[in-house]
Amino acid sequence: MKKHVWRTLLAMSLLVVLALAGCSSESGGEEGSSSNNNEGSEDSEEASSNSGEDNTLVFGRGADSQQLDPSKVTDGESIYVTQQIYDTLVQYKQEGTEVEPSLAKKWTISDDGKTYTFKLREDVKFHDGTDFTAEDVVYNFERWTESGDFIYYGYMFGASEDDMGGIIEKVEATGDYEVKFTLEKPNAPFLSTLAMPPFAIASPDAIKEHGENYFKNPVGTGPFKFESWTQGDKIELSKNEEYFGKKADVDKVVFRVIPDNGARFMELQSGSIDMMKGLNPQDLGTAEDNQDLQILRRPSMNVGYMAMNTDKEGPMSNEKVRKAINLAIDKDNLIKLFEGLGKNAKNPLPPSIWGYNDSIDPYGYDPEKAKTLLAEAGYGDGVDITLYTMSNPRPYMPQPKVTAQAIQQMLKEVNVNVEIVENEWESHLTKTQNGEHDMAFLGWTGDNGDPDNFLYVLLDKDNAKKGSAGNIAFYKNDKVHDLLTKAQTEMDQQKRTEYYKEAQKIIHEDAPWVPIAHTTPPVVAKEYIEGYVPHPTGSEAFNHVKLK
Amino acid sequence: MSAEMQQANQEMEAEIGKAPPKETSLWKDALSRIVKSKTSLIGLIIITLLIIVAIFAPLIAPYHPVDDGSVIDRYQSPSAKHWLGTDALGRDIFSRIVYGARISIQIGVIAVGISGVVGVLLGGIAGYVGRWVDMVIMRFIDILMAFPSILLAIAMVAVMGRGLTNAMIAVGIVGVPHFARIVRSTVLSVKEKEFVEAAHATGVKNGRILFRHVLPNTMAPLIVQTTLSIGTAILDAAGLSFLGLGAQAPKPEWGAMLNAGRAALQSAPWVITFPGLAILFVVLGFNLLGDGLRDALDPRLKQ
Amino acid sequence: MLNYIIRRLVMIIPVLLGVSIIAFSLLHMIPGDPARSMLGNKANEAQLEQLREELRLNDPYLVQYGRFVTSTLQGDLGKSVKSNNPVGEELKNRLPATMELSLFAIFIATVVGVLAGVIAAVKQYSWFDNLSMTGALFGVSIPIFWLGLMMIMLFSVTLQWLPPSGRLSTGVELDTITNFYILDSILTLNWTAFKDSVTHLLMPGIALGTIPMAIIARMTRSSMLEVLNQDYIRTANAKGLASYLVVFQHALKNAFLPVLTVIGLQFGFLLGGAVLTETIFSWPGVGRYVLQAILGRDYPVVQSTILVVAVMFVFINLLTDILYKYIDPRIRFD
Repeated sequence: MKKHVWRTLLAMSLLVVLALAGCSSESGGEEGSSSNNNEGSEDSEEASSNSGEDNTLVFGRGADSQQLDPSKVTDGESIYVTQQIYDTLVQYKQEGTEVEPSLAKKWTISDDGKTYTFKLREDVKFHDGTDFTAEDVVYNFERWTESGDFIYYGYMFGASEDDMGGIIEKVEATGDYEVKFTLEKPNAPFLSTLAMPPFAIASPDAIKEHGENYFKNPVGTGPFKFESWTQGDKIELSKNEEYFGKKADVDKVVFRVIPDNGARFMELQSGSIDMMKGLNPQDLGTAEDNQDLQILRRPSMNVGYMAMNTDKEGPMSNEKVRKAINLAIDKDNLIKLFEGLGKNAKNPLPPSIWGYNDSIDPYGYDPEKAKTLLAEAGYGDGVDITLYTMSNPRPYMPQPKVTAQAIQQMLKEVNVNVEIVENEWESHLTKTQNGEHDMAFLGWTGDNGDPDNFLYVLLDKDNAKKGSAGNIAFYKNDKVHDLLTKAQTEMDQQKRTEYYKEAQKIIHEDAPWVPIAHTTPPVVAKEYIEGYVPHPTGSEAFNHVKLK
Repeated sequence: MSAEMQQANQEMEAEIGKAPPKETSLWKDALSRIVKSKTSLIGLIIITLLIIVAIFAPLIAPYHPVDDGSVIDRYQSPSAKHWLGTDALGRDIFSRIVYGARISIQIGVIAVGISGVVGVLLGGIAGYVGRWVDMVIMRFIDILMAFPSILLAIAMVAVMGRGLTNAMIAVGIVGVPHFARIVRSTVLSVKEKEFVEAAHATGVKNGRILFRHVLPNTMAPLIVQTTLSIGTAILDAAGLSFLGLGAQAPKPEWGAMLNAGRAALQSAPWVITFPGLAILFVVLGFNLLGDGLRDALDPRLKQ
Repeated sequence: MLNYIIRRLVMIIPVLLGVSIIAFSLLHMIPGDPARSMLGNKANEAQLEQLREELRLNDPYLVQYGRFVTSTLQGDLGKSVKSNNPVGEELKNRLPATMELSLFAIFIATVVGVLAGVIAAVKQYSWFDNLSMTGALFGVSIPIFWLGLMMIMLFSVTLQWLPPSGRLSTGVELDTITNFYILDSILTLNWTAFKDSVTHLLMPGIALGTIPMAIIARMTRSSMLEVLNQDYIRTANAKGLASYLVVFQHALKNAFLPVLTVIGLQFGFLLGGAVLTETIFSWPGVGRYVLQAILGRDYPVVQSTILVVAVMFVFINLLTDILYKYIDPRIRFD
């Protein structure tokens, strides 16, 4: 009762203040508030009346791109935009991770799996008007071996300071429109890797012309040309009329940065943006109820997990404790926090990727058994452990803080006292890679759709080095290592599948993780948007999108 | 947050009223004035209420603030079962606010304790010793004041790490300059007074003079400053928690509750409405009492 | 007077030195590796080490501090490790955004605060006096981040009158000259942009202006009451001068000092408050910039921005003090 009075009082005083403000600055305040009712519709009218045939797609997102040179970045927001501007030699199909021709129209692979020869399209021009040739491909690949700035190159091809090329021995132009790649050893995911947006071909002229500022002046061959970038605010692109593939339907694309998820959703509702990503799970219901909106779920190619530090002395080095924790977490309830945006996970691999071992029987929820295991391990009287979590939502974990608290509640039931340690993304990475945690949240979105990209990166002992660990469970199992490295050089997918399935079985038994969820991050769009197909890798070109 | 504001207030008031305090009658009069003044009485009632709620939290709150709650009951709107609704984990917001009262008192006492002790020492020494000591201390205070207070607090928490304790320390340090300045200026004016000079002349030791004669005279402005600072400290700490830097989950701190509820602004507005009201209410209490105390202890208004 | 100014300027030197040391060393005390935060979790140790070399993070602190001071004095504020953008360039857009917001907040605070204070004083103990002073008490006690959220709930979600974030709607074009959008839209006679930027300013401006507004109202009232009780006003009234004329002449004169104090001393408050306000309203200003930089370990941004803000704060304080003394020589400074 009392609270109601307060609330009314507050609302009233707000109104009084606003009214006063309005009176005192007549021209500004009054006009502003009275005509604002139709702001949304006014805007769209203006947009369409600016020039007759202008149709612009405004896309809202939470953070700005770091650089528009995809070879130098690792953040999804940069890739999201460069995907529109550039092409790769081969590309993923619209609805999966199989590769199809793009800048290369066909290719041959030598029997030993070490030589790839690509025939390139002859009708492609960069946005600056120069022709695309084999020399340009060579230029780009050579550029990426020049310094350590090209993170993805180093990371995907195993480059290091002594060997800047990594597994790629050489790239040569064997004709105006023919490129030959020679590898040191066979690499099964090679083609899939080439389709990744960081390996997009940029105009050598533009790179030379802009030098250090190239990242602000990107020139590619893609369906959209770069127009302008107001950092922290928006990026504008326009249609490439000479695109060799499917030409875009929209004339202009604007990427707008609206950091707060809630505010961005309000902007979508009011109509000042056409699409957005990064919806708060809580707003999903509101979005579903809104006739003007549609929800497009991105097929899941990610995993959100809780890693347990097997390397740290104490409870987590004990397999029984790790199993007990798996058993004490009620995942059916936990998944409710994802508000229908995710599915329970039982493996580190998402089910959408080949090699997924569906025969594995998940641990299930059994607190009694968990207690028994804990007692056997000598922790029947309770134990204190830390759970490190990032403070900001990630695509594979939309509510890290709440999820952490839910796990805290569940583990309390079996006498495990969890202290939540929250850090900003960067420090979270640093601390967990240093192995400060008992347990930690992390997740992974696949880069190229290959199982190697999950299992080797996240659970192989090669990646369990303190300071730069991808494997923050510091899980070291030689059998798993054997299987994973064998699979890397094996070209027969059937055999690779077997290796990966076997590895998943061992990992399940050793329980270095609690796999939590595979999410389907939503893109919310106005109902008049057509032809938008979210891709599992997390970004897609907009040339198929139409405004009804 | 409004720390600089208060400084402004204080300095204005200080400019206008510089009459010497008259010891005993002052306190008696002040007490009667506090009781008579409606505003300070309301303030006193609010604070008393806060303390009672904090002490008897387990009796008042129908649920446990952290343990009671299930994902299934998340985001329920206010009802007979949950008077102020539930949050993301189905915890009872009313119970969390009730327990949060304890944290607010803790913040107020510890943060202002730090500001007070450090500030009084620095200000007292600067004012009493004077010369280069004064110069060094006051330049240090100037440097502290050259940063917007919440920004300095954020930076300090970034260095020390997140958490309620560090947030309280940061808020405490940010509040030091106000205490130091008030004490210093009072000490400066008292130092010239006859009874201090007399004590000096009769050979009483410095420390004794400082503690027996000088500091007691700074009590009135200090009490006012302390009361007002508690309000400010609670606001600042809530601000830090709101940014995710202060109290950590699952602590039922009011600012942290606002932070957690922000994602549900549209779908579950009650999650942020009530903790904010709680902050407003408590800070209002301290401001009312502080105002009342200032009027009461400031002889200038005696008519 | 001149003496006083010189003395104050001399006193500023050690303060600036201290400020620069704090700004510099704060960030080196923060745990975290700038190279890692720049390259993300997919980089390997060799890449990290190379970047550390490039950023010269392996030099002794004193050398790094020396470099920081020299380059700052040369006007080079460094580059963001996140966006690669020069901090100076970034501030060129963001400082005006924060200043516009702060000025707007002060404007609202002054107009409403002075008006309320004067009326409350003239009609002492009336319902208006009670209401506005109660309002002012609430005003100084309100958490502005909560007020901001409440306003968004009321005006953006429920009533849909005002936009919840940003400075300008998408689709509204504005040629920027000063980066003060209101000023720019007036200069280019762009009334659509003018209206749009005012609507965007309204909520954050009110949120940020609430506390100063309350304080100005209270100060104006109390100094007005003093004046009204003074003999010469009574004399003036007795002489039959129209009372409103007396009141407002003196009101304006007497309101000026408290307002000046508030503007001067509250600049820091506004910048600090801007951190919270800008966060809630996604305002692309300095406050949010520096907060993101602190949280994201963007070292060059934090040290330069904090330095710039603190230096501005110091000089604005100096300016108000001097102005203050100039207007009212009775006031002593220690």
